This record gives sequence, C-alpha cells and structure tokens, in this order.
Amino acid sequence: MTGVVTVGSGLDPTVAVLDTTVADGDGFLATIPAGGSFRIVDLHGNQAVDTLFYDAADLDNRYSAMDTVREQGRAYLTAGSRLLSVNVDVLATITADTCGRHDTLGGACAQESNVVRYGEHTRHQHACRETFLRYGERVGIGARQLGHNINFFMNVPLTAEGGLTFADGLSAPGKYVEVRAERDLYVLISNCPQLNNPCNGWNPTPVRLLGWW
Amino acid sequence: MSEALLSHEIPGGAAWSVLVRGGRELKLTATGAGANCSTLLFAAHHPVDRLNVPDTLKAQMSARIHAPMVLMSDRGTALCSVTGSSLDWHDALSGHSCDVHLEQFGPSSYSADRNAWRRSARAGLLSELRKHGRGPADLHACVNFFGKVATSGDAAGTLTFVPAHASAGDWVTLRAEMDVLVVLSTAPHPLDPRWDPAGVLAEVRPAPDPGPHDPSWTFRDESARALRAAREVLA
Repeated sequence: MTGVVTVGSGLDPTVAVLDTTVADGDGFLATIPAGGSFRIVDLHGNQAVDTLFYDAADLDNRYSAMDTVREQGRAYLTAGSRLLSVNVDVLATITADTCGRHDTLGGACAQESNVVRYGEHTRHQHACRETFLRYGERVGIGARQLGHNINFFMNVPLTAEGGLTFADGLSAPGKYVEVRAERDLYVLISNCPQLNNPCNGWNPTPVRLLGWW
Repeated sequence: MSEALLSHEIPGGAAWSVLVRGGRELKLTATGAGANCSTLLFAAHHPVDRLNVPDTLKAQMSARIHAPMVLMSDRGTALCSVTGSSLDWHDALSGHSCDVHLEQFGPSSYSADRNAWRRSARAGLLSELRKHGRGPADLHACVNFFGKVATSGDAAGTLTFVPAHASAGDWVTLRAEMDVLVVLSTAPHPLDPRWDPAGVLAEVRPAPDPGPHDPSWTFRDESARALRAAREVLA
C-alpha cells in the first residue's frame, strides 16, 4: 500500500527469554520490564491481536488510544509510534513493524457489541472482552480498568468524509510488530476470536509472542 | 419549545455533571465561538457501564459523531441518541485535555488567578467524578461536542484540528435512552492552540416519544439493536 513503511528488527528469536504461542481465541498476560522488547508475530496472516498496556506500578495509568492518536496526529500505528497512557506518559514505543499499520480506534469485540453489530444469534459467541477480563483478573484488571485497545494487524481505514470501515488486513504470514517498554508494563492480549468480519480473514489463527529482556 | 426542567450555563473552562432521566433530552448550546464540551457518559444504575466510543463508531461506520447516531455503552446499550445538531461533526477521536496541554499558556493557579485559573478537562472531569464515588479508572474516551478533528484518507490517517468549528448558538440534543450520568468539561479542545474557552448552556426537557419512524431507530440496524438493548437492561 502506498505510503506504508516497514521496519525490521535485529533481535534474534533463538535468544528470546519469552517464546510462546497463543491459540486463536486465547489470551495472555505478562510483565515486560522497562527496556524490554516484545514482539507479536502474525503466524498465518490477518489475525487481529487485541492488546492493552498498563503501567505495572499504577493500573490507572493505562494505554489510551485517543491520547495516542491525538499526540501523533495520525490515526494508525506503525514503527515510531509512541503508545501513550491516559496521563500522556510514554508506555511503549513501536520499534519494528513489518506489517506497516495497525488500528487503535476499532476497540475490542464483546458478546454485547457482537449482538449490536451482527444480531442476536451472536450473543454467545466467544469475544475479546471476555478474554481481557479473564486474563486481567489476576492483577486487578476488571471492567473499570479496560480502556480502548490496539488491534495489531487490523486495518480500519478512515476517509476524509469521516467514514470508518473494517477492511481486509494488510498483514500476511510471518509479519510482526515489536515494541520497547518505556517503563515496567503489563501487556494484556486477546487473540481475537471474531468470526463475523474480515479482521481475522474469517478464520482466527494462533500468534507467536517473543520477548527480550 | 417546552419550558426547561433544568437550565444551567456552564462557563468556559469549567466542569459539571448531571443525572438525566431516561426519556428526557439534554440540549447543549455553545455560548461563544470555539466552544468545546468533553463529555463522558455512564449508565446511572450500573457500577461500570459507560460510553464506548470505538463500539459507537464501528457499529455505525463513522469516525465522527453526528445526528441521528446512538451513543453506545460497553454493554452494547444505547445511552443517548444524538437527536439533532446544528453541526454535522463532533470529535470523538482526541480525548480530553490534560495538564500537559496547559503548559503552553504559562503557569496558572487559584492563588494567582482566582476562579479564572486554567484547569484541564481531565482535572475538571475527575473533580466531578469524585462526587459520584468515581475516579481515574472511570475515565474513558469522550465526545468533544462542538470540536472537529478532520480525518483524511491518506496512508497515515492524518488528523487535523479545525479551529473554531463551532460558533455561538451551535447546539446538539441528546435523548437519554436510560437514566444517564453526564460528566462534562468546557475546557478547550486538547488540540486548540488558544485558551479562550466558551461557555455551554445545558437544558433538560422531556423528549418527544420516539415513534416508529424515529431517525435514530431507523438509522441503521445496529442503532436499533442498541436502542432495543437499552430497553432490556432492567427486565
């Protein structure tokens, strides 16, 4: 796509201290120490990875999608984007990105928002919000602590007329995004189980997580 | 127009909160150019349910707030419907201002400036939230009524603040679809390079009963489902 820049990483997966696979529809919670690098690999392509960051010392100092897009003056995330908190602190920086752009305005799916978007028959389908709450509970992340997330590898183009749509992803098998923690962080992930729109290419798949610290 | 049940003019740079009963309409009117009204919404009778801007936008395929969109909560319920507005664009992508946005205007304190002291939207919103037993964890993406940040179709998704989008007299009406807590700040938009906050007149009136052809109910299937969910939250 025109204007999309990709940046690779020199970090070596064979010396990563974290190397795990998260199944489609499953979640993940971990602490990333300040200075640590964390990579998400879209193993099979077009998999939305719903991600939240929290200041590990203060859960109220959480990732803020709106502060992030306002301060960078652009709606999409890519290499160089600083991921800001509600206090406008830099929680993390995207240091590598071989996909090119990621969404942070589309939010996460939930059973209830699935009903709004697709109808009553989707009420009992698995959704990201349930995964966020299940994995976040251990460190005190409940419904009040859920902000609006990043959708890595997801493509939600805006138009000059103020339109917003979910489009086919720009990602492909093996593409990855890497962030550097600027303070001690919790990362909370839901590997999106959505079946009703193209955000996962209509077929959710596993992702690989790598960490160096 | 019927006499207002409540009428209150919020000065520029201040914060306010109000509980609005379901079936009533809150009208916000800018009293000066360049007004901004950073607004949070909560379901009054639920401990955590609140406005979800991403869900509101994606369900209605819009990057701006305009009539007759429905403002939706985390639980997929309609909190308010935007029943009308003199403006076709209200910003919801920029969040509210924080103390860091006030640094460009120099120091300000109550001691030096008395009640003209400059406070961020965040300071004001938190001040109101605390009165309702709420705090920083309850902050969420707001709607900046009367503000506009233009989107673009370019590869970066460039966002551009539009100065003085609103003029004195511009208005928006919100029909409460259940009892809602509205928490708002009239501090300038976080991207506004000036500190010249305009006031906002808030009025509450009974809303006409939405009939079968109500614009919000007929806007999109998604809007109607959220409105239906609002009627089902207390079965």
